[in-house]
Amino acid sequence: MKSVQSSRRIMTGNEAVATGVKLSRVKVIAAYPITPQTTIAEKIAEMVANGELDSKFIEVESEHSAMSMITASEITGVRSYTASSSHGILYMHEALHWAAGMRLPLVMSVVNRALGPPWNIWGEQTDTFNQRDTGWLQMYCESNQEALDSIMLGYKIGENKKVLLPVMNMLDAFTLSHTSEPVEVRDLKTAADYLGDLDLDFKIDFKNPIGYGSLISPDGPYMEMKKDMRDSMYNAVGIIKNEISNFNDQFDAELPGLTENFMMEDADYALITAGAISSTAKYTVRKLRKRGQKVGLIRLYFYRPFPGEEILKAVKGLKGLGVVERNLSYGQRGPTFEDVVSSLYGRVDVPVRNYVVGLGGRDIRVTDYELMFENLIEGNNDMEWVNVGVK
Amino acid sequence: MYEIRFHGRGGQGAVTASKILATAAFMESKWVTSFPFFGSERRGAPVTAFTRVDDRRIELRSQIYEPDAVIVLDKSLMSIVNVTDGLKNDGVIVVNGIDGNMKEAGRYKVGYVDATSIALRNGLGDPSHPVVNTAILGAFAKISNLVSLQSIKNATTELVPSRKKENVNAIQEAYEETEMN
Repeated sequence: MKSVQSSRRIMTGNEAVATGVKLSRVKVIAAYPITPQTTIAEKIAEMVANGELDSKFIEVESEHSAMSMITASEITGVRSYTASSSHGILYMHEALHWAAGMRLPLVMSVVNRALGPPWNIWGEQTDTFNQRDTGWLQMYCESNQEALDSIMLGYKIGENKKVLLPVMNMLDAFTLSHTSEPVEVRDLKTAADYLGDLDLDFKIDFKNPIGYGSLISPDGPYMEMKKDMRDSMYNAVGIIKNEISNFNDQFDAELPGLTENFMMEDADYALITAGAISSTAKYTVRKLRKRGQKVGLIRLYFYRPFPGEEILKAVKGLKGLGVVERNLSYGQRGPTFEDVVSSLYGRVDVPVRNYVVGLGGRDIRVTDYELMFENLIEGNNDMEWVNVGVK
Repeated sequence: MYEIRFHGRGGQGAVTASKILATAAFMESKWVTSFPFFGSERRGAPVTAFTRVDDRRIELRSQIYEPDAVIVLDKSLMSIVNVTDGLKNDGVIVVNGIDGNMKEAGRYKVGYVDATSIALRNGLGDPSHPVVNTAILGAFAKISNLVSLQSIKNATTELVPSRKKENVNAIQEAYEETEMN
């Protein structure tokens, strides 16, 4: 086994993201700072300033402008990028639909942060679960290594001509963004060979001008274009699988599939999580396994396209499944719960529960996961909120 | 797994100290994580930072509730924060201050060092804002055998942006001047 030091460096999640942007040889970056994303923008600006990254860094006056700016630069055929968080993502919501509808394979990093009021800078995933219907692929990273690798993988998948959709890469506020841990920095030359240059068939050509996003009558191809977007999102599933396998070969990496099954082989009870909160869940699963409890974890690496078939396979034979959400929907259960139940409906008979955890950065502890497993196994009350009202 | 909790005030360098300690352990081939808990981001506000060290990849990402060691960069915090909360019996506590009258000291290995004076005589910060984060790690190296003094010096040299020599001197002086119970 390689020594931990051999090819790794200690870096924060935000530094890992900036390094992924450098390895992807992004040409245009437009960003507006917001805690806890700020150090991504700062690190990239520093790389551009000192010549480490040959790129144009555009300071904009808002997140809406950042997304509009990189939509415009990408359509000239140059790889483009931004990063944001929380209210910044909400502010660019309209522009997210434009970027996806124009079939531009952008990558954006989002440091998941709570939404005010009350004002809160800490971790929660509601900001991006709110964006699930924008036509962007969504990836939730568990570690700083994944945060680095997912930038390159995101461009590779999005730029595939059978996909041509933008990709959102998530990392949890502070839990990854400001946490330092060992990360293997991929080789620049290998990365350049892996990713190549952006090749858009429909980029702006001044000698052959065409219209983009013009008015289309109800009989025109509007509905057909939307169907094509949705088909492409579904088709992305197979491409994602191939590209992850390709990435792991190229870089000797350890990315999971669309989902990661952790100790699921003979599990009776399992939880589903997304993002860095999955790590503490794994720690808990190991602990309970040592006590002889047959528990496991399914981690969502991709949330859009939703890996319903992967989950269906993993949950067969379970006596209970708990969907853990670090986000909130009002007036219905959580979005992941809805997606899971809809994927399993009529195909497998597993009781499914829903747990809401860690809003506004509330720490998610081993004891919280133990409580969820206990609730799942004993099944004698419909606990939904974890660690609420006890402070 | 070995878990360390840092208590400091904004501006004293607790977050950097947690990262230097993690880097020192990493240099000795350990897996590490270090992370801050920011309250409101302002100079003087209480700051907590954490370091974990293990022989294998670290999965636990919650805050540290039962530390093996606690490092206190500002003694005045001890009247407003219960710094020994959850500290394991026989755990280590390092305090920036020399009047060793902690009431629970008997249960722990305690190290006292005047990191403020050491920092100031090495030109680290100024009297109203002494930067004590490197000196206090010299004291930690003395009382704990988690990482070597040399690795802490090497990690410091790698991570501090300026006054590298002064920081290394402060670490050495603190190592020599630390008093233990």
